[in-house]
Amino acid sequence: MLIEGRTGSWEIVVGLEVHAQVISNAKLFSGSSTAFGGEPNTQVSLVDAAMPGMLPVINEKCVEQAVRTGLGLNAQINLVSVFDRKNYFYADLPQGYQISQFQQPIVGEGVVTVDMPDGSVKEIGIERLHLEQDAGKSIHDQHPSQSYIDLNRSGVALMEIVSKPDMRSPDEAAAYLTKLRAIVRYLGTCDGNMAEGSMRADVNVSVRKPGDAFGTRCEIKNVNSIRFVKQAIEIEARRQIEIIEDGGSIDQETRLFDPNKGETRPMRSKEEAHDYRYFPDPDLLPLVLPESLVAEIKASLPELPDEKKARFIDHYGLRPYDAAVLVAEQEKAAFFEEVVGTADGKPKRDPKMCANYVTGDLFAALNKAGKEITESPISAEQLGGLIDLIADDTISGRIAKQVFEDMLESGKDAAIIVEEKGLKQVTDTGAIDAEIDKVITANQDKVEQYKGGKDKLFGFFVGQVMKATGGKANPAMVNEMLRKKLDG
Amino acid sequence: MSHSELINLTIAEARDKLARREFFARELVEAHIAAMDATRPLNAYVTETAEKAMEAAKRSDDRRDHIREIGGSCASMEGIPIAIKDMFCTEGVPSTACSKILKGFVPAYESTVSANLLRHGSIMLGKVSNDEFAMGSSNTTSAFGAVKNPWKRADDAADLVPGGSSGGSAVAVASRAAMCATGTDTGGSIRQPAAFCGIAGLKPTYGRCSRWGIVAFASSLDQAGPMARTARDCAIMLEAMAGFDPKDSTSVDKPVPNFEAALTGEVKGLKIGVPKEYRAPGMTSEIEALWEQGIAWLKDAGAEIVEVSLPHTKYALPAYYIIAPAEASSNLARYDGLRYGQRVSGANLTEMYENSRGEGFGPEVKRRILMGTYVLSAGYYDAYYRQAQKVRRLVSNDFSEAFQKCDALLTPTTPTPAFAIGENADDPLAMYLNDVLTVTVNLAGLPGMSVPAGLDQKGLPLGLQIVGRAWDEETVLRIGDVIEQQSGFNSLPAGLAKL
Repeated sequence: MLIEGRTGSWEIVVGLEVHAQVISNAKLFSGSSTAFGGEPNTQVSLVDAAMPGMLPVINEKCVEQAVRTGLGLNAQINLVSVFDRKNYFYADLPQGYQISQFQQPIVGEGVVTVDMPDGSVKEIGIERLHLEQDAGKSIHDQHPSQSYIDLNRSGVALMEIVSKPDMRSPDEAAAYLTKLRAIVRYLGTCDGNMAEGSMRADVNVSVRKPGDAFGTRCEIKNVNSIRFVKQAIEIEARRQIEIIEDGGSIDQETRLFDPNKGETRPMRSKEEAHDYRYFPDPDLLPLVLPESLVAEIKASLPELPDEKKARFIDHYGLRPYDAAVLVAEQEKAAFFEEVVGTADGKPKRDPKMCANYVTGDLFAALNKAGKEITESPISAEQLGGLIDLIADDTISGRIAKQVFEDMLESGKDAAIIVEEKGLKQVTDTGAIDAEIDKVITANQDKVEQYKGGKDKLFGFFVGQVMKATGGKANPAMVNEMLRKKLDG
Repeated sequence: MSHSELINLTIAEARDKLARREFFARELVEAHIAAMDATRPLNAYVTETAEKAMEAAKRSDDRRDHIREIGGSCASMEGIPIAIKDMFCTEGVPSTACSKILKGFVPAYESTVSANLLRHGSIMLGKVSNDEFAMGSSNTTSAFGAVKNPWKRADDAADLVPGGSSGGSAVAVASRAAMCATGTDTGGSIRQPAAFCGIAGLKPTYGRCSRWGIVAFASSLDQAGPMARTARDCAIMLEAMAGFDPKDSTSVDKPVPNFEAALTGEVKGLKIGVPKEYRAPGMTSEIEALWEQGIAWLKDAGAEIVEVSLPHTKYALPAYYIIAPAEASSNLARYDGLRYGQRVSGANLTEMYENSRGEGFGPEVKRRILMGTYVLSAGYYDAYYRQAQKVRRLVSNDFSEAFQKCDALLTPTTPTPAFAIGENADDPLAMYLNDVLTVTVNLAGLPGMSVPAGLDQKGLPLGLQIVGRAWDEETVLRIGDVIEQQSGFNSLPAGLAKL
């Protein structure tokens, strides 16, 4: 995507640093609980509070989760990695340093394939993934002159996933984040919940004339929704273009996005710029992974979105776009597969019709109700039942829409609704024949006009017959029989 | 037994006499509490816990009676009164690292090492002084004031330093106000005060004792160890302190040997290396003479003496004074007045940090934080910290080479005997030179021990250092014990009689 400025078009260059909270029961270096929403300072060990003499001990589960994520990102797993201290003072950082990985991260380069809304795909490079501790939380609005500190989050394991500067538009960044979130959710390594802060992004933005070298970047910290990421990129890029076109230059700095004002602004001045004095944490030995552990984790990986998408296209004959929509969430894909069902190793129901119902009517209904697929009022089995009734001509597609609405409301099975409301399709030729005759008799004038060449009136006759049968007549049969009577 | 007899026993003697019911733990503890009172002018103890100690002594006697009834043996240090360096966190007892910034801090937890000692039956008499955050070689930087060495020069009355940083530990043991004490040693902090005070002190192999619950100075160098009056007592104490601790990632999962069993009195066939580079600048002729004497003793006992070379020795001290302050600058960042210790408020967070840390830390600690911050800063890291790590590797390789040719090394512990309080005070570099013979051992993570070997002309004790292979404290202790036998060192500090 190019942005038009006064001096021509500009290209946006985006790289993301995503902080993803590791799913684990305990923190990265202590046994404290990581549950969200506990009363302040109730999930704090002596280590988390940095009491004198306390020492970190690595949580193996967190290490496994990082390896799992690395494998899911098709990335290099480093069998030896090192924890460093990143030193800075802040009230919610009890140790006075964050334990992170600087020079030797646990995961190296990888790649994520991103699905764009137009059905195309793009590969975004992963630079690295490293493990680090989260800080606590400062609360500034509880007291007129003092701040409170909640250390529940202090020491919780984060994966920092750094992309290469491979994205060229807000949409690509959004697609990358969406895909990354899908991958970590599939893997069960992060819940991807941006609203609760378990996934947040630092967005690096620069602009350049197409073909030029990279421009100076600004880092927008802690953006907490995909929508805001898109907005922040757009706004920041326009700010940078304006500066450059006015003859100025971009200062490399850290900025904050304010969605209310629709602007980014500097976070700290240069005088306060930190020198983090990274050095290897002497309390921790280098992290050495046995190759067998990596192999074991690799063997336990679930089918990931890309593989699933390929299978859906291959096995079910779905369009790539539909496949991508279905695999975006594991639960959606599973729901779809349950609707299709299997018989003798083959799809039991027409996969395309099932995909249409799931991605169309069902997703729209869920969207409207603000519900997740797991909360769907219509079960996969019930939806399969509805599709069966269409497939065996018990009801028409149009009646099916009506039955679907009823199912949403009542939660009843399609067959029961059809039975109770007498919606069964009329396929009795005698009954249809009788209705056709009645319509022809009552509309002789129109019959004449039709025969005189007014072809469009055919639809009128179909409509009248359908109306007379309460919509239950098989539309294909009505069509065929009408043609015989009118044209024959 | 009289108080005086009781406090002059070694741990091994007291253990055996307690077992034979010649006296009770409560008598032994009572005698030491009296000694603690009498030696108070030396300022070794910063927190006395006499009442708790008496209660613990009664419980100890009860346990002993009970075990006697039902059969079995008592724990190895049952009823032995000990002192704990203030660097160790002790549950319910103030633990301040002798810094104002930790004033009033009472931990809700017990360090692994002190917990191990208590589990082995020992009884804590109180907490003893150290240089603030264990940074110093004179125990003059303690927030509780200077500690005085019980030894005095024959020809003047000046108060001498006990060495540091474990000066309080050394003085408590030398003045018979504790049978032994824990020390921590980052660059010589056990061995140098042991040498200055005429006692034995061992820094174990890095990873032998857990660092959990010990206030950290320089994590990659810190190691806790025993300070007592004999090598045998050090062996008994080390066995009770040591062991793998899953709470310390740098602690090593190795079985703890029966160290006392290693004291066979036999060094025949052992090869003792004498490193030629250890003739340090400023070393007194008397110390050189003592070194020669030590070599002669071991030779007489049947050991073979070999000259070895540790060529990178001269780079060790500067490397140490980069690595240790670098780690310290980060380790001490947690003392910010927010969660515990002393807070001095300010108009905003930065001011609160500045006020709390400005008032809480003493000048030597500040100096080291500044140095450490500097050497880790962007643009200086490669020139200082990385370079120092390379030197550390080379120093370590030197030892590996040397241990191809010998089983242990013999050197003096310090270049000089104890100096007067105030001497070296305005010259940090001169002060740092005290560590020149000991820091190499920390850089390489090896076991090193100082044993008292004699007195200089002015009547001050001098120590010899034995350095062993990693995990071979047994050989170190065995040699230390033989030197003790040969030297027959049994002098009492002259200053003690005047108290």
